[in-house]
Amino acid sequence: MFSGKSSRIANPVAWAVLIGLLTGWMHPVRADVVSVAVAANFSTPMKVIVAEFARDTGHQAEPSFGATGKLHTQIVHGAPFEMLLAADDVTCGKLVQAGLAMEQTRRTYAVGRLVLWSSRPGFVDDRGEILKSGDFRHLALAAPRLAPYGAAAIETLTALGLVDKLQSRFVQGENIAQAYQFITSGNAELGFVALSQVMVDGGIREGSAWIVPEASHRPLRQEAVILKRGENRPAALAFLDYLTGPRAQTVLQAFGYRLETR
Amino acid sequence: MLDSADLAAIGLTLQLATLTTAILLVIGTPVAWWLARTRSLWKGVVSALVAMPIVLPPTVLGFYLLVALGPNGPLGVITHSLGLGILPFTFAGLVLASTIYSLPFVVQPLQNAFEAIAEQTLEAAGTLRASPWDTFFSVALPMARPGYLTACVLGFAHTIGEFGVVLMIGGNIPGQTRVVSVQIYDHVEAMEFGHAHLLSAGMLIFAFFVLLLLYTLNPTGRRS
Repeated sequence: MFSGKSSRIANPVAWAVLIGLLTGWMHPVRADVVSVAVAANFSTPMKVIVAEFARDTGHQAEPSFGATGKLHTQIVHGAPFEMLLAADDVTCGKLVQAGLAMEQTRRTYAVGRLVLWSSRPGFVDDRGEILKSGDFRHLALAAPRLAPYGAAAIETLTALGLVDKLQSRFVQGENIAQAYQFITSGNAELGFVALSQVMVDGGIREGSAWIVPEASHRPLRQEAVILKRGENRPAALAFLDYLTGPRAQTVLQAFGYRLETR
Repeated sequence: MLDSADLAAIGLTLQLATLTTAILLVIGTPVAWWLARTRSLWKGVVSALVAMPIVLPPTVLGFYLLVALGPNGPLGVITHSLGLGILPFTFAGLVLASTIYSLPFVVQPLQNAFEAIAEQTLEAAGTLRASPWDTFFSVALPMARPGYLTACVLGFAHTIGEFGVVLMIGGNIPGQTRVVSVQIYDHVEAMEFGHAHLLSAGMLIFAFFVLLLLYTLNPTGRRS
């Protein structure tokens, strides 16, 4: 059919049409798709919620995971996300101020809990006394300058008056996922991570833990917002409602998040 | 301007690169010599092992080192019983990781240099009653000098540029494991772009001049 020069021109066009047809066919017209930037600490519950969201509403949410700060930088530089689920309660506000997100869609979707955790059973007592006895070489935490859970860990240690004493034993992960890695590989005996990382079906999955009282640090509120690019996306609004609705909140609780009391 | 934390990171990075390069020259010389001269069937296997860090993402190396060097890992058990302690989160751990990571950048230039020495030259030294050691130090080593320059520069520069492995096993401890690349990453993540620019521009200029030095002193294709 195509010969000589014309095939060189016609082929890319044919491919574009074919790809367009295929992708159009894969996503039924009626259902909408929203691309969501999601804080890495929320990746496990997000996957569950996305599946239930698709089943219940027919819409698709396509998550991309990353550290909140990195996602923020990407969005500022034009990343094609339509919604953000941040791990803190300041990033969404910054995007609103920059004119990149819509204030009226800003919601707290989860409140995280900090936990002092060790992969060894019986190592961490349920009041965190081990921090005072100091019977360990390394204490893992997320970088306090970059990660809300890292900042919460420092606030907790400050409240206990232990920052100066323990500072030399800190090993910092870039985020809590890395702090978790340091502990689970045994390189750090214990550390501060998110309850959602070590909780399964309402219980600590392995090892030993002290669930840090919330009074010892600022609440770990996680906010979501719809970005300017997602303004006219029905799926974006639908997902925001779903996320703060009863079905998703049940999932969140099982993963160790507290609900926002209104 | 650069603050004390930035300067500490720069000092630490230079120490790490110097020590790593020195160790690599000691380890790399016999390995490269053997690879250049051997007819063993194992040559392929050893070459592949040496070259692997070029192909592998640093995160793979970092992840396996973290697990293997940890208290439950096979290497961690050995270092612990030798009284060296557990290496992740220490400067010694970074030296070990960098040595593995930069190995091909030192071994391969040395191997090329050794291979370029004709067998007859070495045999001639032998007929003049030079011992194999003497032949190596008086004949092979001087002839391989351009290879050594390339190996030093690449080994040093590549260690300076290391990031993924350090991130995985470093723990970001000031003065111990917080090297320049990690410091830059921290600045960018914290949106302190001014600091990040200073250090990044420094790295850029460093990389250019190091390579310029290499290509000026060691022009390719002109060696007889």
